[in-house]
Amino acid sequence: MISGLSLRDLSVRRGGRVLFEHLSLELAAGEACALTGPNGAGKTSLLRAVAGLVRFEAGEIAFAGADPESARGAGLHLVGHQDGLKPARTAWEELRFWSLWSGGSAEEARAAAATLELEPLLELEVRRLSAGQRRRLALARLVAAPRPLWLLDEPLAPLDARWRSRFGELMAARLAAGGLILAAVHDPLPVPARTLELAT
Amino acid sequence: MSRLSSLLGRETALAWGRGGGPLVTLGFYAGVATLVPLAVGPESQRLAAVATGLAWVALALASLLSLERLFERDFEDGALDLIVLSPAPLELACAVKCLGQWIATGAPLALAAPVAAIGLGASPNLAPLVFACAVAGGLAFAFVGGIGAALSLGARRGGLLTAVIVLPLFTPPVIFGGGALSAFASGLPWQAGFALLAAYAAAAVALGPLAMAAACRNALS
Repeated sequence: MISGLSLRDLSVRRGGRVLFEHLSLELAAGEACALTGPNGAGKTSLLRAVAGLVRFEAGEIAFAGADPESARGAGLHLVGHQDGLKPARTAWEELRFWSLWSGGSAEEARAAAATLELEPLLELEVRRLSAGQRRRLALARLVAAPRPLWLLDEPLAPLDARWRSRFGELMAARLAAGGLILAAVHDPLPVPARTLELAT
Repeated sequence: MSRLSSLLGRETALAWGRGGGPLVTLGFYAGVATLVPLAVGPESQRLAAVATGLAWVALALASLLSLERLFERDFEDGALDLIVLSPAPLELACAVKCLGQWIATGAPLALAAPVAAIGLGASPNLAPLVFACAVAGGLAFAFVGGIGAALSLGARRGGLLTAVIVLPLFTPPVIFGGGALSAFASGLPWQAGFALLAAYAAAAVALGPLAMAAACRNALS
């Protein structure tokens, strides 16, 4: 399992433009890091590079000795702008499927729905959910199938004040259990975190 | 295992709902089977001569219908990212997606194919072979079609590109299956054609997912 994340001299180029160069970061178990920077600075690309979805030009991404392929397959959660939820399916169908797919069980999916107070919404089609409810549904996956590394892209944006602090508690619990969080944010994270600023 | 079976359930449900699912595919199929007698002329001898071949070609075209969205939606809404981030190999996930597509559209078409062939005047004792060809051919169409759908990810006119990529790959099964059917109808040995069709389907099921997974990874990065 992932007990550390280290980026060394990472350079990512997208569409012929260099987003960032020589970026380094060491993250140990129990640590959170907030990625900040203006729009287009490459925060999302950095998260996707760590997840192995984007090729990077130079440098190295290591997961504390774990084999990157299996570490990515079983050790990290990615929550992006695009949540992969299908509008025509019910919230429960989607939560159940993504929990099972991430290695959780149907019971854990139920429990996660309770934690995020989604129970009254489970029978609704995803298209009927508000932006905040939909984000909570996407975040329920993180609770249903525990994985050490969370890569979060603007996780707080559609949440109201109460749910921002609730999600802060969930993040704190994950960190206390030896998790790692790398989050692209514009507002401060609700947990103690280092900051890595990406400049354009 | 529960991981892949839950993916199969999702894919079948999505394929069932995608653009009307089996109803549209079957409707298209029934439409072709009804229009041809009007175009070719209703003489039963002439119709019977082309019945099986026609049922077969219509099947190939009908299985193209909902292919375009097989990977496209998951690619657009981010679900493909999450499918990649799993201990299950992407190749297996792609195979399961195609299987779901086949269950939702190929299997109903395989059931409809003998009905259409007989309706057009083919001899009823052809029905089992038409069904067997439609099952094997449908699998080949779904898995070969999946390659086209994955390769056209991100292209603006994905559906058109899928058809252009896939149609040449559809020709061998159409030839083998059509050959087996017409050989059977005229009392000649048909086993060779059917064996080639089954071999093509087996190769598509085995090799298609490798190509699909590579195309998906390339589209994402």
